[in-house]
Amino acid sequence: MPFVIELTGIRKSFGGVHALKGVDFSISPGEVHCLVGENGSGKSTLIKIMSGVHAPDAGEIRIDGKPCARLTPSASIAAGIQVIYQDLSLFPNLSVAENIGIRQYMEKGRRLVDWRRLRKSADDAMRRIGVSLDPDRPVLDLSIADRQLVAICRAIAEDARLVIMDEPTASLTRTEVDALLSVVRDLQRRDLAILFVSHRLDEVMEIARRVTVLRDGEQAGVYDARELDDARLAFLMTGRNFTWDINRTSCDANAPLLEVRNLSKKRNYADISFTLHRGEILGVTGLLGSGRTELALSLFGCSAPDSGEIRVEGTAVRLESNRDAIRAGIGYLPEDRLTLGLVLDQSAGDNAVLTILDSLVGGGGLIDGRRLDATVREWIESLNIKVSDPAVPVRTLSGGNQQKVVLAKWLATNPKILILDSPTVGVDVAAKHGIFEIVKALAAKGIGIILISDEVPEVLCNAHRVLLMRKGRIVGEYRPDSISQKELAVKINAE
Amino acid sequence: MPNDERLSGGTRTGFAALRGEFLLAGVILLLAAVLGVKTDGFLSWSNLFDLLNSYAFVGIMAAGLLTVLISGGIDISFTATATVAQYVVASILVRCGESMGAPFGWIAIFGAAAFTGLLLGAVNGLLVHTLRVSAMIVTIATLNVFYGILIFVTRGKWLYDFPKWFADGVNVWSFTQGGATYGLSLAICALFLVLAGTAFLLNRTTLGRKIYAMGGNPEAAKRMGFNLLGLRLFVFCYMGFLAAIGAVVQAQVMQTVAPNSIVGRELEVLAAVVLGGASLAGGGGTLLGTMLGVALIAILQNGLTLLGVSSYWHQIVIGCVILSSVSATAWNARTIARKGVGIDVPD
Repeated sequence: MPFVIELTGIRKSFGGVHALKGVDFSISPGEVHCLVGENGSGKSTLIKIMSGVHAPDAGEIRIDGKPCARLTPSASIAAGIQVIYQDLSLFPNLSVAENIGIRQYMEKGRRLVDWRRLRKSADDAMRRIGVSLDPDRPVLDLSIADRQLVAICRAIAEDARLVIMDEPTASLTRTEVDALLSVVRDLQRRDLAILFVSHRLDEVMEIARRVTVLRDGEQAGVYDARELDDARLAFLMTGRNFTWDINRTSCDANAPLLEVRNLSKKRNYADISFTLHRGEILGVTGLLGSGRTELALSLFGCSAPDSGEIRVEGTAVRLESNRDAIRAGIGYLPEDRLTLGLVLDQSAGDNAVLTILDSLVGGGGLIDGRRLDATVREWIESLNIKVSDPAVPVRTLSGGNQQKVVLAKWLATNPKILILDSPTVGVDVAAKHGIFEIVKALAAKGIGIILISDEVPEVLCNAHRVLLMRKGRIVGEYRPDSISQKELAVKINAE
Repeated sequence: MPNDERLSGGTRTGFAALRGEFLLAGVILLLAAVLGVKTDGFLSWSNLFDLLNSYAFVGIMAAGLLTVLISGGIDISFTATATVAQYVVASILVRCGESMGAPFGWIAIFGAAAFTGLLLGAVNGLLVHTLRVSAMIVTIATLNVFYGILIFVTRGKWLYDFPKWFADGVNVWSFTQGGATYGLSLAICALFLVLAGTAFLLNRTTLGRKIYAMGGNPEAAKRMGFNLLGLRLFVFCYMGFLAAIGAVVQAQVMQTVAPNSIVGRELEVLAAVVLGGASLAGGGGTLLGTMLGVALIAILQNGLTLLGVSSYWHQIVIGCVILSSVSATAWNARTIARKGVGIDVPD
């Protein structure tokens, strides 16, 4: 059977920057394929070539074995290629049925809505992949997982033969991922080709056959999914070897920094007790909705607990606002750095000093520009933030560098305790390691660190101890040398 | 995706879909009951038709503004567009109104008004699309430009003394009560025609659904291949067109054209549309809600007048009603959000 799409020797450059330097790619009907690579490796350019948004500078595109001289966006859709972007491109205010059948509005000469046909195409698409959503509900009311199903249904309704999904599991819980995988298996049985695009070793690789790895616009190879593991994939994506050993540094177990006793908050978490020591990295893991972020918010003074006690260095503290928390020496990297951690349109420098503006005030009550610049330069150097100019908006930086800016912002306050909530979401492998090098160095200086993450390797490789949360309670405490990654993953996902 | 309770425009079915509208209708009924008891004239046919006649142009403009808001834009300049259209119409009437006679005269003035509205609307649409600046800023600027040019050209003169056929208007059906005649006047007919047309546009045509879609997620609309320039041009032209139609209706009711009779009321219309549940963020709002919003404002002003309250108090009362309405909505959305995110912690 011919490939649904076959690309050979694809080259593409943008203003002298070579995004793709001779990449081959192919996918056959009924195949689940993964395309992995770090940010900037050329993944999105390759997708845009397949969807007809960009034309390649050189190379050949074959669809069903036939050479295709010029692939336009409409020709790509006509060939059955559908891209589901990470943001899903749905219309939150429209109903499920309308979102699925919206292509009807694009038909030539169609002026009136054929509600019956629209409804029927939505019902058909949903029946074909075995999902039942209320077709009249606005997409706004659906969970992220259900919205994803709507996006898949839309692709089906448009007679997709190749569905390209960009980071489909990024915001799903394990149960939702399993549901998605079963839908994908179903599509596979109907001879649809599925391409997952990711920058990490994803759950979807469980059902993928082949994995194409991109590195700096070049093909680092096509592999059998079964021969890859985290370390090997990280090497293929970056060309560097990273250590995946557990953190064997020690911390001062006799110097409690933060003591939490019987902390409870209705509908958030219950009966939380733990101690964080000086220089300790304490992992907190659990599913989305296990109460991990709710707990972090309480420790940062953003939502007061109903009962229980928090002590910092032996003194009981009342954290009624984040100002109280900052005064007590606590810093918090939020889970969503884009909306909560950064002022995206301001410069990296301005973001980094946001927490200490008061201390930069010089004569006349104005900000001392020279001292500000010096402080910014200091942080950029010490955290190795890669930025051409501290004045460029932080929006333009890569995920890893953005996260370092948030880190700089909190380190500037000289915290004793740092809470990191999912610090490596959307961050490349190499940058991830860079961030954890910094975190370990901070711990070595005596800062106590709470590392909240659901990425098992990340927690086990960096933390001294790991707390497991489930449904708002701490249900286990583990030492990294006494539990394997697999065992911990099973415990996290246990209901 | 924006998470706004009000975004549910046009698609939620059944009771839940229309919760805001039911609430608004309840408030209006309550208000009407109170006014019926407290005043003599409120609950009478004559008052009802008076209200319909004098607020028809607000309703017509509100339908246009709703369409712009749904698309994710906003228009502040429509009152200037309306006033320009009124002067165009009035000039025609004063110069050659008598000689034209009724049927051709109506066609001529509505045609001229529509042309003016579409033209100025197109200016707004093009500017908003090409400058990529907030539509609010662009249309505040064009309000001043349109209005400034108008005052410069006309020197702010009042125009009146229109031909008899224009003063008589169009009466489809009428009845006499207490010596005065009431009926389905030009204003009321125009209002119902505009409402029917807008309802059809928003719910039945692919164009209308594309406008909802663009307001809900412009980026996705672009990826889908929608012609965003075309859609924006359409909504601003539609607004301009309805502003002009409303202008003719208002001029016919008042029989005078003055530079300051419509300009300055743009926020009143906006308030009515927002009261009716339209989202300023785009993508949400229903025609029924908008009309209830207009009705609430109309009844409030009318009721306060009948109660003999000073017109300065009208503004204060309307301001307070808007404040309480938006705070109720925000509070409602917050409670729903809070209920949604909790974790069921087992004992």
